Amino acid sequence: MTLLLKTLTICAVLGAADLAAAAELSLAANTTGKNVNFMREQLDKFEKQTGHKVNLVTMPPSSSEQFSQYRLWLAAGNKDVDVYQTDVIWAPQLADQFIDLTEAAKDVVGDHFPSIIQSQTVNGKLVALPIFTDAPALYYRKDLLEKYGKTPPKTWDELAATAKEIQDKEREAGHADIWGYVFQANAYEGLTCNALEWIKSSGGGQIVETDGSISVNNEKAAAAIERAKGWIGTIAPEGVLAYQEEESRGVWQTGKAVFMRNWPYAYALGNGGDSAVKGKFEVMPLPTASAGEQPSSTLGGWNLAVSKYSEDQQAAIELVKFLSSKEVQKQRALQLSQLPTIASLYDDPEVAAAQPFMPNWKPIFQSAVPRPSAVAKVKYNEVSSKFWSAVHNTLSGDGTAAENLELLEVDLTELKGDSW
Amino acid sequence: MTDLTVADPPAALQRRSHVNSDLQAQRVRSAWVFLAPTLLVLALVAGWPLVRTIYFSFTNASLTNLSGAEFIGFDNYLSWITLKSGRTIFRGLLADAAWWNAVWNTLKFTIVSVSIETVLGLVVALVLNVQFPGRGFVRAAILVPWAIPTIVSAKMWAWMLNDQFGILNDILLGLGLISQKVAWTANPDTAMIAVLIVDVWKTTPFMALLILAGLQMVPGDIYEAAKIDGVHPVRVFWRVTLPLIRPALMVAVIFRMLDALRIFDLIYVLTPNNAQTKTMSVLARENLFDFDKFAYGAAASTMLFLIIAAITVLYMWFGRVNVGGER
Repeated sequence: MTLLLKTLTICAVLGAADLAAAAELSLAANTTGKNVNFMREQLDKFEKQTGHKVNLVTMPPSSSEQFSQYRLWLAAGNKDVDVYQTDVIWAPQLADQFIDLTEAAKDVVGDHFPSIIQSQTVNGKLVALPIFTDAPALYYRKDLLEKYGKTPPKTWDELAATAKEIQDKEREAGHADIWGYVFQANAYEGLTCNALEWIKSSGGGQIVETDGSISVNNEKAAAAIERAKGWIGTIAPEGVLAYQEEESRGVWQTGKAVFMRNWPYAYALGNGGDSAVKGKFEVMPLPTASAGEQPSSTLGGWNLAVSKYSEDQQAAIELVKFLSSKEVQKQRALQLSQLPTIASLYDDPEVAAAQPFMPNWKPIFQSAVPRPSAVAKVKYNEVSSKFWSAVHNTLSGDGTAAENLELLEVDLTELKGDSW
Repeated sequence: MTDLTVADPPAALQRRSHVNSDLQAQRVRSAWVFLAPTLLVLALVAGWPLVRTIYFSFTNASLTNLSGAEFIGFDNYLSWITLKSGRTIFRGLLADAAWWNAVWNTLKFTIVSVSIETVLGLVVALVLNVQFPGRGFVRAAILVPWAIPTIVSAKMWAWMLNDQFGILNDILLGLGLISQKVAWTANPDTAMIAVLIVDVWKTTPFMALLILAGLQMVPGDIYEAAKIDGVHPVRVFWRVTLPLIRPALMVAVIFRMLDALRIFDLIYVLTPNNAQTKTMSVLARENLFDFDKFAYGAAASTMLFLIIAAITVLYMWFGRVNVGGER
């Protein structure tokens, strides 16, 4: 009841303010899954409440491509886009181009998880407000595992063995197209996430440690990548080397995979009306190298930032606060199965009923591994690119993991120079 | 080696200028006036960006701080430091293995794609040059791949080449030509082949069109004469057709070569970040925008410009020697 009242008051206040000056805003958002449709619905609500008009600028689903487009626009001082949807790792690289939201968000900042707010704070400046957080899951076909009397795998080796067995038996049974496991191994930011999980869950560190030391060249990391190489062509199609999130979801959602590594957005889509695996799958934390260890998921998540070149910064801030609000985050959780950044939503019975996996996800993303973007700062993209190239080379058979990681260490040391 | 067509006009001009040098001067003046807008536009849209790029390649500019760029000489191209241990370390573009890999990829792509496109384009043009019912329709239809924007055709082919859902694998499997699905764009051995397939599909019509224009300039009576003399058609092709369309062919090849050397969009969509297909343009863009190395990317762009310029000059030089030698 109090929530309803609060919302009403906010609406009333916003409404009153906007009659004075209705602004026309532009929001750049990516096209992964149903994000754009959802954004449009919410923007319609926002338009009704405030009288502002918001145009949606659609961006590619690949975050690497999105980033370079943003960088170009911002470097050119583009006034056409007011609000940017930003990846969790971009804050240190783009901080100078966005306005400080500390003052504007001081009343709501306490509702969000402190670690997420921390990730968007650069030198005391709050660069962006979170709209959802992300920690990938292992999707598995409940029906197939039951059919062959298998339990969900706890370790990577168990995963490979189960995947292989079910894949072979299903193929014998006439399901020729099925594969054991799909993930993302295209040479792009997503491979950095995947490989970081393999390495971290094997005790191989997190590429660059928080103190700035380069740790990636070690035996455990090499073994983790070699293990993944063993999957390609056996339990995973060779095509994973060109898969991003949406390609692997395509294979999974048409019922052609036993396991998939993907972000929570695929949960709602997999249970959609047009899905071949509707009601046939479950999600669980990613496996580890040996039983009993902490699973490691890469921390993802998306935020909204206001461009400092925007001519309607006040209206833009209103929009950011609206889209990151509890109400919209709840809708996002219900419709898109994306993880809220507001702690109280994890105890919400409606959310738990619609997305049963979600309450269990709170500890997982809270212990998720961040990519080394905070420590590598403006050099992060190059670190990530060199890392994913080394991994992609290994996976596609160009050199062993040990050789490629040794080269990577040399490259990263040179890139680091005196300090990051 | 006296080239009559080239030697002729100056002689004619000279004669005329004796007659009326005022008129001549006036003509030169108005020529400049008429050319001025074109030259101005060229200087603005081609000259200025080029000069800026070359300038930035000698600085330490970053994309977020272009105005604060400082001059650092040739360091982006090549610099070296000698360590205390006596070992010398080279840095910069010219010592960058990734750059030379990109140069090699670009050259490989250019040579293979332009060769295939020239041969196929010639065949298509010869067919289209023959009278047959519905020729107008076929001529229009064959241009469709060229008319589709590259991004669209690249995306379309990306789906056709997809390993699980792609129609290409489906057809090849159905025909029994492959035993299992091929991951065309992912496999390092086939990535370049995939790019070549799409490029050949897309630009063969362009080649065909230019060569067809050349073919139509060949006077029909030469063929009639050859026919009366009873010359074998293959011999006619090598001795009559090919030499006569050579100028058109040379122009078509150079257009395609310039295009192929700066190939970007197709690869960016089909196989981005793949070391086997990364070309000079892709590498330059990556440094300019993805990484915080704007100046380094500018150096790569400058080198790309110099390499293309050098290849073009060489080609034109060799091309002219050959044409002259035959006359």
